[in-house]
Amino acid sequence: MRALVAMSGGVDSSVAAALMRDEGHEVVGVTLKLWSGPNGEAPTAGCCTVSDAEDARRVAAQLQIPYYVLDYSEEFKGGVVDKFVNDYASGRTPNPCIECNRTVKFDQLLSRLDDFDCEVLVTGHHARSVREDGKWRLLRGADGAKDQSYVLSMLTQTELERTRFPVGDLTKSQVRSVAGGMGLRTANKPESMDICFVGQRDYRGFLADHAPDAFRAGELVDSEGNHLGDHEGIAGFTIGQRRGLGVALGEPRFVIRIEQGTSTVVVGERHELEIEGVDLEQVTWTLGVEHSGDMMAQYRAHGDPVEARLEGDHLSFAERQRAIAPGQTVAFYEGDTVLGGALISATTA
Amino acid sequence: MRPEVWDAMAPFAFDSFGNSSGVHGVSRRAKDALEESRERIASILGASPMEIVFTSGGTESDNLALKGAVFNNSDRTGVVVGASEHEAVLEAAHFLSRLGNELTVIGVDRSGRIAVEGLIDSVTDNTAVVSVMLVNNETGAVSDVSAFSEAVHEANPGALVHSDAVQAFGCLEFTVDQLGVDLLSLTGHKFGGPKGAGLLYVREGTHLEALSHGGGQELGRRSGTHDVAGVVGLAKAMEMTAAERSRFVSEVGSLRDELEDELVSAIPDLVVNTPATDRSPHHLNVRIPGVRNETLLLRLDRAGVAASAGSACQSGAATVSHVLEAMGLSAEEARQSIRLSLGWTTTREEIDTASDTLISLVGELR
Repeated sequence: MRALVAMSGGVDSSVAAALMRDEGHEVVGVTLKLWSGPNGEAPTAGCCTVSDAEDARRVAAQLQIPYYVLDYSEEFKGGVVDKFVNDYASGRTPNPCIECNRTVKFDQLLSRLDDFDCEVLVTGHHARSVREDGKWRLLRGADGAKDQSYVLSMLTQTELERTRFPVGDLTKSQVRSVAGGMGLRTANKPESMDICFVGQRDYRGFLADHAPDAFRAGELVDSEGNHLGDHEGIAGFTIGQRRGLGVALGEPRFVIRIEQGTSTVVVGERHELEIEGVDLEQVTWTLGVEHSGDMMAQYRAHGDPVEARLEGDHLSFAERQRAIAPGQTVAFYEGDTVLGGALISATTA
Repeated sequence: MRPEVWDAMAPFAFDSFGNSSGVHGVSRRAKDALEESRERIASILGASPMEIVFTSGGTESDNLALKGAVFNNSDRTGVVVGASEHEAVLEAAHFLSRLGNELTVIGVDRSGRIAVEGLIDSVTDNTAVVSVMLVNNETGAVSDVSAFSEAVHEANPGALVHSDAVQAFGCLEFTVDQLGVDLLSLTGHKFGGPKGAGLLYVREGTHLEALSHGGGQELGRRSGTHDVAGVVGLAKAMEMTAAERSRFVSEVGSLRDELEDELVSAIPDLVVNTPATDRSPHHLNVRIPGVRNETLLLRLDRAGVAASAGSACQSGAATVSHVLEAMGLSAEEARQSIRLSLGWTTTREEIDTASDTLISLVGELR
């Protein structure tokens, strides 16, 4: 098979490329250029930096596979960065890495596979895709602590048919060990934890630079509407946030609600963070089969799934959950199998 | 690199590895080779040996020309350049502008050339240096630098005229007096010489501040230990190129014209960005509507055909060509354009392969 491997410069995608090559596939490595700073300069901190591209290039040279850099910066700006800004401006908490998967990697890049004369797209995600009974199943990766099936929960049969995740069967330390065995320079490279276009600074700094209008002053109130203080913009807050509220009330207070219309941030006690359930939008079903009723739902990238019940587009949790923000993703599981995913549009107390 | 060039260079990496600035015998031999090369090069350009400053290549020469002229001039602080100049000229000019110097960038027409009237209008008593390239590296457009030099010197004798002739030496015969320039950049690797060896011609009476201060080599204009092997290679390459030039122009020019004809007839909506007249024999820049150059270049590479598009950014992705944008193409149109460059080693077979491959890929991608 001819495989296009998306190489981020990290050890997982390096090994993904190596495994495909060793299985006898014809591999082409690409790095996606997603973001340039305000003056067009490439990021030097965070993920997907110039030095990451250089790492990817070197690994490709070591593996003796062709390597190209593809410019997806326009698509990324529209699909990921602008959405990131708009979400915060409207009081939602975005997950840009999921949006990047949804719009750039597994949509726009995938749709160009034929142009690149490749049959499958390969990434270094820790997840497994398995063909069973005529369908592609998406499963958690072998390494529970590193499982990334959550960020792939929007994929359906259309995408899974043309995608492969070679490192999903390995634990992270096995991946590093394979890389070390091959002498790949990324074998011991630390993981990047930062959002690629935000880098190492706070996301608020990024918003202040790129979307100053997202900061419209307003009030901080408690759940009864009593005025507690003022703030400079709802974009600086996220549900469950405890620090930086600018109010000192003795006991810990948390952001429990963000009201875009009035630019009001509602602050409450810990127990007020609890919600009964969430309303969903952009629901996708991995196997092409709609589910309802009881299922396991995971709403954090690295968190245990909880028991929940789906009726229509409302998901109720068996036990009240805390600090869930609109804009986040929820992934549905049955054991290790991903059933589907959705975006949270609202929470219900 | 031409094999003869490599052969001429080799001794200077081994037996004759002297520092040309030293006093002893080994050094003197290196110095001899350096100065002898300088004389031969000067003669080819119609210049005197003192007017040749050796540099590391075209970029350094362009930088030295612009910055050296401005830094040396206490009366004049302005720089005038065309919008389709090489990045080395444009970035040096922008740098000077950030320091507070006046910068004028003259627009180009659809063929990528500036008009002499526009140039004259921009030259003032504050202009230290004007830079106009002889052959554009992306499209191959040839500009009438002699006319520019004459007009500028007549309108304002205090302004220096620099020409980046990096792409020109391989295909045009000229002397520095014919061009009338005060400063001229050349680099070896564009005509079969080594990378890292180039020169700046500096007309007698023209004073530049050095960018590289130190031991005072090159009459104080460019300090640094000489790359003797590089200079020897540069001289050899220039001689061979000058001797074969008319054959290169007619042979490579025909191959390029054939390639152009084949592409134009097989792809009716293909647009040729390279101008139809007054062009180099070895560039062909074309736009293929509906096909992104990034994809086409990747596929061409997979098929063994090397083509390019503008310059690459730090991470390696193709950027939108500033030359094409200056010519009036939109960013999208610039992203549909690729550049095919022929060289002294290009064969008919290679042209046929390139043509067939390109035509079939375009059919597949559209």
